[in-house]
Amino acid sequence: MDRTIRRGRTRTWPRWHRSLWYHGAFYLQTWRASVISTFLFPLLYLASMGLGVGHLVSAHTGLVEGRSYLRFVAPGLLAITAMNLGESESMWPVLGAVKWVRTYHAAVATPLEPEDIVLGKLAWVGVRLFFTGVVLTITIAFFGALNSWWALTLPLLAVLIGLAFAAPLMAFASTRESDASFTSIYRFLIIPMFLFSATFYPMSQYPGYLRPVVQLMPLYHGVALARSAAFGHAEVGSMVLHLTVLGGMLFLGLRSAKKNLRRRLAS
Amino acid sequence: MTSDSLLSARGLVKQFGNFRAVDGIDVSIERGESFGFLGPNGAGKTSTMRMISAVSQPTAGEIRIFGLNPVSHGPEIRARLGVVPQEDTLELELSVMNNLLMFGRYFDIPRKVIRQRATELLEFAQLSDRADDKCDNLSGGMKRRLTIARSLLNQPELLILDEPTTGLDPQARHLLWDRLYRLKRDGVTLIITTHYMDEAEQLCDRLVVMDQGRIVAEGAPRALIEQYSTREVLELRFGAEGQEPYVDRISEYAERVEVLPDRLLLYVHDGDEVLRAVHATGATPESALVRRSSLEDVFLRLTGRTLVD
Amino acid sequence: MRIFPELHFGSRRSLRILERNVVIYRTQWLMLVSGFFEPLFYLLSLGIGLNHLVGSLSAGDRLVTYAMFVAPGMLATSAMNGAVIDALFNTFFKLKVAHTYDAVLATPLDVNDIALGEVWWALVRGSIYATSFLTCMIILGDAGSPWVLLCLPGAILTSFAFASVGLAACTWLRSWQDFDTVALIQLPIFLFSATFFPITLYPGWLQGLVRCSPLYQSAALLRGFSLGQIGPSSAVHIIYLVVMGLIGLVVASHRFRRILTP
Repeated sequence: MDRTIRRGRTRTWPRWHRSLWYHGAFYLQTWRASVISTFLFPLLYLASMGLGVGHLVSAHTGLVEGRSYLRFVAPGLLAITAMNLGESESMWPVLGAVKWVRTYHAAVATPLEPEDIVLGKLAWVGVRLFFTGVVLTITIAFFGALNSWWALTLPLLAVLIGLAFAAPLMAFASTRESDASFTSIYRFLIIPMFLFSATFYPMSQYPGYLRPVVQLMPLYHGVALARSAAFGHAEVGSMVLHLTVLGGMLFLGLRSAKKNLRRRLAS
Repeated sequence: MTSDSLLSARGLVKQFGNFRAVDGIDVSIERGESFGFLGPNGAGKTSTMRMISAVSQPTAGEIRIFGLNPVSHGPEIRARLGVVPQEDTLELELSVMNNLLMFGRYFDIPRKVIRQRATELLEFAQLSDRADDKCDNLSGGMKRRLTIARSLLNQPELLILDEPTTGLDPQARHLLWDRLYRLKRDGVTLIITTHYMDEAEQLCDRLVVMDQGRIVAEGAPRALIEQYSTREVLELRFGAEGQEPYVDRISEYAERVEVLPDRLLLYVHDGDEVLRAVHATGATPESALVRRSSLEDVFLRLTGRTLVD
Repeated sequence: MRIFPELHFGSRRSLRILERNVVIYRTQWLMLVSGFFEPLFYLLSLGIGLNHLVGSLSAGDRLVTYAMFVAPGMLATSAMNGAVIDALFNTFFKLKVAHTYDAVLATPLDVNDIALGEVWWALVRGSIYATSFLTCMIILGDAGSPWVLLCLPGAILTSFAFASVGLAACTWLRSWQDFDTVALIQLPIFLFSATFFPITLYPGWLQGLVRCSPLYQSAALLRGFSLGQIGPSSAVHIIYLVVMGLIGLVVASHRFRRILTP
């Protein structure tokens, strides 16, 4: 008798799922504007960059790496969108939760551990990334810019790319006292990556000595992965490299996020 | 309305939509006086404060501050006022000293003069050793004292304090009261709102009791207590069997009885004597307390409700 | 006879609000300095990549590189973004979170002084950013004529127009979540104001719509200055932006009064 009761109460879900539900439930109250932006922004970007600038490019250069400019640029936009979602969810919201609103302090007053909060939060960002990835993939297909079944992996790549940024930035944000440094992160990390990760033009445009510098940018690996998936051809060696870089960022970021949040909430 | 009043208001009304926050009040405050608005949260005190500090316009009625109309002479009046709002609105990113330096500039005071006054005021607020600390790092009581120091930068003739000690611990409250005494002694006119009766008794020469946007009584604290209450109050608490069985039996010994959910208040001249009489009836209160009447009792008498719910 | 309603735009005291913001931002000077790098990165990225892919464009009576075409549009965009973001985020914070203005209203300053003071501040910030942007533009050879110096007042005018409207808009925001809605308005303006490609690429019916966009007005004005193509249309752009700014300021003052002194 005793045993059955206890078995009945055994949790089949890990504890962090509560943190995930919390973030989901919170989102449900405020979803409207962000759902529209999830659908609309990639569409607008593709229309503006792909069609508008694409028109200029095809008039002058013709094809880029054997493709129309729209096709070339579309997977890169997916990678950028994933990075932006991951980054925006893990800087101000996390600082707010440990400093201003102190929701994480409230959460650790329950049976949740700091590690559960990190996992729940990142799982939630992952969920959003996945659905954003699905919407984007459909949008890109709608513009006729996909030509491989590998494109079906694009939503998963969006999750990987987004979390590769979200985890380390969450680790960073949970140690901050003010948002002053976030501006520098934007200016010196996010924006340069956005501009220089061979997103809007191919790597071949860079002079040889700059190419290794571009390869140092995490977003470049995300863009390269997304492009390979969309076009369905890749070299195994470089795929392994791209996946290792992003996976490594996620792994290390996750580890230090858990550690930093525990330290922050204990003080 | 006397012409030499520092501040006078007649028929003051503030309406928000269908809600009448202030419902026709008259007050007149003399120079050098320390005047209180006592009432529970939502009585209309803060709305009144905002009107008499020349920030919000009355829906009806008129105010004269320093003989000037705040609707047409807002900036001139505010230049001579000091205001301590209910919530501290300090610049948390700046140091204590810089908060004062910056605020003084709003009054067009030259920087050199501000610095000199700020140094004195920090001394007064017992914050001299924190002058270079970031405001964010101050305790609640320190922030409150800094806000008071800030409100004195323009050497105001009238200082308006909205709930000055709400949220402070007892020690911080006493320190603050001490500083306000000194200002009073130096001749600064004070207007204070509070829902703490002890604060009103301590600080105010004269006060009005507000309830639901109206003034229900006016006078000096002691005079109000004498007028509306008895000398002493006997508080009785009964155990599990409740107080109902005893109310009738006991009430003949008191001038007046208030039945609160958790206790009986007996308004009497001599508490100890009445307590003996209560025991003699066979009633066995779990606890009994004899105390002097306070403004709380006045408020209870006038409105049938307690000040702090 | 008075045709216009009596307008109050704040007094000399509004400069105290500017002073306050300068003091606050003095602690964050690094942020202002680092702002120099943002246009540099954008212009470099264009110069390295898209310049070659897009080649030359005809603008008016001359052929220009893509970077020369886009740079003034990006200056306009950065003036818009800077003004709107500061007006929205920082003013929202001061208005509804920190209640900074409640303290200010206990001083001789008036509500109009606050609104006007925030606009002064937007102009100061705008001119700092515009100066660094123009410097980058000139160094990288993306300026098409000496008239490019007029882009500085042009960018400041852009800051004025957008900051005033941003101040007014911020009074309607209820919580941080409403900022998503702001992005919803800002992004289409950003992408479809003929900043990245000439307006002639749009179908005819859409061109009229694009011309209504304030960012188009600003980008066209600044492009005209940068390429030395100044004409009657420049005057139209200027009038558009001035009127937009004045309307924004009046609405902002009115809304501030309703919120701060109910």
